[in-house]
This record gives sequence, structure tokens and C-alpha cells, in this order.
Amino acid sequence: MSELVIETQALTKRYGQMTAVDGLDLGVHQGEVYGLLGPNGAGKTTTILMLLGLTEPTAGRVRVLGLDPARQPLSVKAKVGYLPERVGFYDELTARENLTYIAKLNGIPREEARRRIDEGFARMGLSEVADRRVATFSRGMRQRLGVADVLLKQPKLIILDEPTQGLDPEGAREFLHIIRSLKSEGITILLSSHLLHQVQAVCDRVGLFHRGRMVLEGTVDELARRALGSSYRIRVQADGAQPVLTEALQRVPGVVNVTPEGSNRYVVEATGDLRAEAAQAVVAAGGRLLALDVEAPSLEDIYTRTLEEVEHGPTA
Amino acid sequence: MALQLERASGGRSREGSPWTGLWAVVAKEMADHLTSARMRILEALIVLTAGGTVYAAMRSLRDSVSEDRFLLLKLFTTAYEPLPAFAGFLVPLIAIALAFDAINGEFSRRTMSRILAQPIYRDGLLLGKFLAGLCTLALVLTAIWSLIVGMGIIGLGIPPSGEEVARSLWFLLASIFYGGIWLALAMVFSIVFRQPATAALASIAVWLFFTVFWDILAGLLAQSLRPVRFGFAQEILAQAQLEMALARISPNTLYTEIMLPLLHPTVRSIGLLLPSQLQGAVLGAPLPLRQSLLLIWPQFTGLIAVPILLFALGYVLFQRQEIRA
Ligand SMILES: Nc1ncnc2c1ncn2[C@@H]1O[C@H](COP(=O)(O)OP(=O)(O)OP(=O)(O)O)[C@@H](O)[C@H]1O
Ligand SMILES: [Mg+2]
Repeated sequence: MSELVIETQALTKRYGQMTAVDGLDLGVHQGEVYGLLGPNGAGKTTTILMLLGLTEPTAGRVRVLGLDPARQPLSVKAKVGYLPERVGFYDELTARENLTYIAKLNGIPREEARRRIDEGFARMGLSEVADRRVATFSRGMRQRLGVADVLLKQPKLIILDEPTQGLDPEGAREFLHIIRSLKSEGITILLSSHLLHQVQAVCDRVGLFHRGRMVLEGTVDELARRALGSSYRIRVQADGAQPVLTEALQRVPGVVNVTPEGSNRYVVEATGDLRAEAAQAVVAAGGRLLALDVEAPSLEDIYTRTLEEVEHGPTA
Repeated sequence: MALQLERASGGRSREGSPWTGLWAVVAKEMADHLTSARMRILEALIVLTAGGTVYAAMRSLRDSVSEDRFLLLKLFTTAYEPLPAFAGFLVPLIAIALAFDAINGEFSRRTMSRILAQPIYRDGLLLGKFLAGLCTLALVLTAIWSLIVGMGIIGLGIPPSGEEVARSLWFLLASIFYGGIWLALAMVFSIVFRQPATAALASIAVWLFFTVFWDILAGLLAQSLRPVRFGFAQEILAQAQLEMALARISPNTLYTEIMLPLLHPTVRSIGLLLPSQLQGAVLGAPLPLRQSLLLIWPQFTGLIAVPILLFALGYVLFQRQEIRA
């Protein structure tokens, strides 16, 4: 595997009695989009703050870009872009003035800063409003300004805390598009969210958080297989003798269960996407295939199922 | 415990200067102060106060012109009744206005985590804000000082002596440090309270307490702790000394004790004056500036030390604060 950009070992944060993050082992690879997923209060923000050295861990080890954020916070913060939850700007200043301040804090020379700021505005579609006061900005514009702000230091790693929160569906889609374009530049991205379908749409890997613990981790596909087992549902519509077709579908390797529905519909539960095999079986058994459709497991299902298991013990 | 110590020493050996980014913060904060609506209000106050002070002083000074060697200094001390001499209330007011939302303002605008995610320590942010406030305060007070001196010279028609200018400049410096106390206090409150209005109110409450109540309280405390039972001179002296020591806890007392010898060159002692101290002294003869400065030196150090202590307190509180809003 490629090198680890974020690495934590037994990372723990306690607030008095309350354990916000509990023995977290996290590894994020170079160039990856990693999604921290979990309900409110799961410890996502706390984890992110520890990665940036903004909160001190109670125990455990953290490495970000090979550096210890508690000991070398300046180097870490110079290389990592962070977009906080519900980001704020100085309303009485213009967008450009806001970013100029950040550029100065990063010690970017004036000319270079101006160039990068204009570039960032152009990229985020904010060039028109660059000299307007941020007070007049909409939620979506602020979020894009936040990305322009993060890009200013040309980061190797970007951490986004609930980046799509408060955006309308159109705005959220646009934002996911931005994340994909950042990924294509080779920037590693860690984002937290509780909006599952969005994480599913952009993340290479997902870690599912619950009460400070990582309860499940992997690619969306892996998670699906692990959490749901045989839960690809293939809907087949075919004319033909029902017992024969049911029998034929049942014999396809990987099929777990076949349930006829109505006169010519079947629901096939399988361990993978077996549309091609199912079609073949129907045709071979002399049926006329009318329609074929697969329901991939959504992260939503995995999420609900896993959280239920964590709370009440395994259901199956 | 050992773990904590280790962590503490780890914190101290962190990389880079704690003041990284300091000047960026100072520049930004000063620009903010100077362009803010708050500043417009303060400017109006400045002009009103300077004008009022000079006008009031002129009216009472016209008659005694030519007699007094230190006419210019009188401008700062002669107050027209409803208008206190300019420093007494305006300096704390400006200082508090500049700092009461320094830290909690960043939280309420949700900019704190974004700023601290830049390569800068909290030290730099806090000191930058304090320095920017102090520089703005210095600028404002110097403006008032210039206005008063300028209008005074025109109105009185007599050029001031070098000594007068030097004394009034020292007074200006003392006023800036006195303002530094209230600036640091308001900043501490801006860390402690999440609501800027609460922080402003708390700062003003402390100021009122020292302005109105502390002298009374010091008197009462001295009376109960060192009661005069038999009317001996020692008893009376002990009580007076305690009262004065207590009174000096108030920054207002410190400031007044500095102001007196600076602006009234004939004052040769602050506090209790014993007959022995008067021996060989010509009453009414003004002290040279050097002597006056020697007289106020302890108070002056106090005036510088208090803001530093308050700043250190604010620093400790701020370091421990959780960043998330
Ligand atoms: N300063 C604090 N003192 C005590 N408890 C805290 C503090 N900060 C956070 N917590 C607790 O830690 C837990 C984790 O909080 P965190 O903000 O990391 O959750 P999150 O996953 O980001 O949730 P959300 O989706 O709501 O943002 C919460 O239960 C919260 O109450
Ligand atoms: Mg959160």
C-alpha cells in the first residue's frame, strides 16, 4: 500500500468521565478520500481536532504527514487544510481581505498570495464577488470561500468537517464535485459526515464511528458485503413457467434465495451482482426475459444495520 | 503526574517561535480597530473631550495667565465640573471598548478554529490582539494629547517650556499603561465569558468598583483591622498606612499618584507626608522632572506590572480553552 498520510494508534480523548474518542486506530493513505461516518456525538470532530493539534489527546499516538501534531503543530498546520464545521468568516471584511489575512498568517509572499487567491476565486466561481463583504454571502458561497481558503496553502491533506451540512441538494452535489476534482490532483482528503449517500458518492473508504469507536471500516463495497452478506437484490421480470424459472435461478452459483412475486416477477437475493448469470439462466430455461434490475446495498442499510448490531448485539 | 510533567515539558519544547504570525495578527486587528464603527464613536468622544477640556480650562485659566510657570500642565488637570479631567474615565472606556470582544468575538463569528488551524500559536494570537489594542489606544490618547496641547498653545498664546512638554509626555505614557490595565482586564473577561456583552459589563463593573467603592471599602477595612482605641499617634498612623496600602490595590489610585507629581511639580510626596520629609524643603518650590519621576517610580512599575500579570492570566486561561465553538 502507499504511504500513510494519517496514522493513529489507540488514540483516546476523555472529557472527565465522558470518553469522546476511544482507542481509535485510523490509517489514511496518500491520495485517498476517506469518510468518517457517524451519528451526532460519535467523536468525529474531536478526532479531527486531535489530528490538527487543536486538542490534546488523552492517550495514544498520532502522525499526520509523518509529524506529531502536538509537538510540531506549525509544520502540520502549514501543510494541512482544515475546513471546520459551519465555517465562519469576518463578515465586515471582503472575501479577498479574509483570504489575504490567512495568506499572511501562512507567511505567503504578497505577490504569490494575490496570485493564489485569484486562482482560488476563479476555481470556486467567486471571482465576481471577491471584493464584496462576506456578510452578503449565502451559505453555499461561504462554503466555497472556505475551500478557496483551504487551497491557499496548497495543502497535501485536506480535512473537511461536515462539508455539505446546510447546503441544498444542488449545492451539495456541486461540493461533492469539488471534492472529486481535488482528489484528481492527488490531494488526500478526510471528510466527516452523517449524510450517508454523499459519503458513498465520493469516498474510497469509509470508517463508521459510534460512541468514539470505529465499528466498521472498508470500501463501500466491502462494507456492504461484510455487513449485509447476501443482500444484492436482483429483480427479474420474465415470462415462462414459474416453477421452472424459479428452479433455474436457484441453481445459479451465488444465489441465496428466490422469491416469485406475481405471475412473472422474481426477487433474487445474491451475494453479488449476478444480473448476467440470472439472464442466462432464464434464457436457458426457455423463459422470455422482460426486465432486469439490481438494487445495490446502500450505505444507509449498512449504517442502520451496523448501528443496530452495535447497540443490541448481533441480530442474526 | 509524571505523565503531566512530561507533557508539559513536551509543550515547552514545541517547534518554532511562539510569536509566529504575530505581526500579521497585529496588522489585521489594528486595521479592524481603526476602521470600525466603534472607532468613529471614540473619535467623536475624543474631539468632544479634548475640546471640552481645553474650553473649560481656558475659562478658569485666563485670569491667572502669566503668573503660572506650568500653564500647559494645568490644561490636563483643570476640569470644568461635569466634565472630569480627560484621563479619568475616557482611558478605561476606550480600553474596554477595544478589547471586550477580542476572543469571544472570534468564537461567536466561528472564525477561531479556522484561524488556529493556520501555522500560528495561541500565544501569537493573544499577544497580537493585545498589542493591536495597546497601539490603537496609544494612537487615540496621543491624538487627544496633541489636540489639547495644540489648542492650549493657540488659546493661551504662550509656547510651553521643554519641561512642561516632557512632563505631559510622561503623563501620556502613564495614561497608555493605565489603559493597558483595562485592556488586559477586558481581554481576560473576553476569554472567560462567551458573550461579548457580559465581558463588557464585567469590565465596567470592575472599573466602577474601583472608582466608586474601593476607597470607601479601604477606609472601612482599615478602621476595623487597625482600630484607633486610645488615640495614640502610632495608632492613627498605622490605620492611615493600612488604608493607603489598601487603596493602592486600585489601579485608579496608582494612576492618580502618578498623575499628581507629574502634573503638579510642587507635589513632593505622595501619600502621607511626615514633618521630617519637609525639612530643608522650600514649600511651593517645584521639583525638577527627575525628582518627580523618582517619586512615582514604584507606582509606575506597578502600572506596567499589572497589565503583564493580567495578560499572563489571560494566556493561561486561553491555552486551556476548548477550541470548538
Ligand atoms: N469540551 C467538551 N467537554 C465535554 N464533552 C465534550 C466536549 N467536547 C465534546 N464533548 C463530547 O464528546 C462527544 C463527541 O463529540 P464530537 O463533537 O466529536 O462529535 P461529532 O461526531 O463531531 O458529532 P456531530 O455530528 O454532532 O458534529 C460528544 O458526546 C460531546 O458531548
Ligand atoms: Mg462534529
